[in-house]
Amino acid sequence: MTRPTLRSNESVEGAGGRRKRSSARAAGLRTPGWVAWLFVAPALIVYAVFVLRPIALTVQYSMYRWDGIGTSTWAGLGNYVKVFTDPDLFASILNAVKLIVFFSVIPVVLSLAIASTIRRIATSRLALVARTVLFLPQVIPLVAAGIAWSWLLSSTGLVNQLLRWAGLGGVARAWLGDFSTALPAVGVIGAWVLLGLCTILLLSGMSKIDPALYEAARMDGAGPLREFVSITVPSLRQEIGVCVTVTVIAALASFDIVYVSTQGGPGNATMVPGLEIYYLAFTERQVGMASALAVVLMVLVLLVALPIQWLTKDRSS
Amino acid sequence: MIVGRRETWTGRLLLVVLMAVTLMPFVSLFVTALHPSGSYPSGLEWPSDPQWGNFAEAFKAARMIELVKSSTLIVLGVVPLSLLLGTLAGFAIGHLRMAGRNLVFLLFVLGLTLPFEGIITPLYYQVRDMGLLNTRWAIILPLIGLFMPFAVFWMRAHFVNVPDALSESARMDGANVWQLFWRIHVPLAMPALSSLAILLFLWTWNQFLLAIVLVDDPLKRTMSGALGAFQGQWGTNMPLLCAGSLLILTPTLVVFLIFQRRFVTALLQGSLKG
Repeated sequence: MTRPTLRSNESVEGAGGRRKRSSARAAGLRTPGWVAWLFVAPALIVYAVFVLRPIALTVQYSMYRWDGIGTSTWAGLGNYVKVFTDPDLFASILNAVKLIVFFSVIPVVLSLAIASTIRRIATSRLALVARTVLFLPQVIPLVAAGIAWSWLLSSTGLVNQLLRWAGLGGVARAWLGDFSTALPAVGVIGAWVLLGLCTILLLSGMSKIDPALYEAARMDGAGPLREFVSITVPSLRQEIGVCVTVTVIAALASFDIVYVSTQGGPGNATMVPGLEIYYLAFTERQVGMASALAVVLMVLVLLVALPIQWLTKDRSS
Repeated sequence: MIVGRRETWTGRLLLVVLMAVTLMPFVSLFVTALHPSGSYPSGLEWPSDPQWGNFAEAFKAARMIELVKSSTLIVLGVVPLSLLLGTLAGFAIGHLRMAGRNLVFLLFVLGLTLPFEGIITPLYYQVRDMGLLNTRWAIILPLIGLFMPFAVFWMRAHFVNVPDALSESARMDGANVWQLFWRIHVPLAMPALSSLAILLFLWTWNQFLLAIVLVDDPLKRTMSGALGAFQGQWGTNMPLLCAGSLLILTPTLVVFLIFQRRFVTALLQGSLKG
């Protein structure tokens, strides 16, 4: 990539005259910097108008008390203090963190177990069919998943029917309507959506592991567990990282599933930041509070996503 | 390699169970949709007299034809433009490598994990001030912006791996950047572009938050947003709601089944890169 080109010393056009490598490359392609910027400009403008500006505005709104119509009054960091001290608001953040167990931990652990069990038959016809089927939850709208599962988990739904059939009729209940089970029930929906994606992601990662590694381990007398710990998990570092990142973000920023299945209820049992922002901004007209919570959510997602990326990055490449 | 028989069978069994769990919600929707409209069926129970008419009723109640049209218009607005802008920027950052590219790229990458809820409030006021509230543009324009981080990231990943020699030889033949881009690089980028198109189609079609906040009329929303409204309207009529949900699912399912190979590959690459 750093190979000098024939024409590299021919022209010194472009803005980066002092940064030798980049100007040499740009000159090699004989494209002045400003032309390249013209290529970037449209994307950058749309991004700036519809993403960067709103981000800046969210931060600005978060410092004010505003009902969205009248005049706004300066609130400083008051809204942020309230996000962390108001029990209802803080509970929504805690709920999102609890959802990580269901959206992230369960799918990742289960899919690791599943993928290593079906690794050997990963190329069979059954596995190919499974690949399509397991992807369905990723393709359908989350809203539809929410509707289908609300029905399954309702007091007369299939889940309770199965429980009664198994002689566990005592625990049957309206899972999404019960204070103690609503959040886990929402979590189950998320786990259903994300399990297939994780499984297939890990399976495709496993297909890249050299089978000789497993054979060598077998010859050294390693059991399946040892194989799993010493070969499978380390080789899947990057894929596991992706699964964790995707699922944790899905948990923290959940909206669609909760909106459809419980609307945050019963009470506030399943309220999550995404939904709380929506209610605060568009129902309760507390734009400042909504924005402060939005900033906290954006920072939270970044704080979680960046270290995972860093930890699981493939440093060899 | 000697494959343990028992291991293979455990694997098969596990796969079948997993598929059953994945399909269970769909089966439940389907069976419930066949019960008499307005009834409250319990669990999974094949109705004595399947009401196939429910699908026709839901088709009319949900105004499916208008919904498909609306979602299609939104997709046509979002996907081609996002592809074009993302490719142009990815080409410049990944291949032309102008000075300052790392900074721009970082700016885009920071948007990769942005939860849409984070900016929905100011977006509402901004779209309102632009006079676009309750039009399809209210979904189209912000979505293009929100897709830019991923589109640029994706296309740059393609273009950094294109050898410089390719452009150099085209340049020798007297092509300018514009011709170079359209005649050489865009055709070569087709695999990356088609995967990106599939992902963007899916994310647009299934977009919910922007649809319910920025557009009141369900007939101008995406499928997903319309389903939300349909649930609000028919939430108490389980068989009809189930039939409607299935109908609204159908277009995505059909597209998925036709392009399943590409979908799976695209989604895998998409999540790996993202």
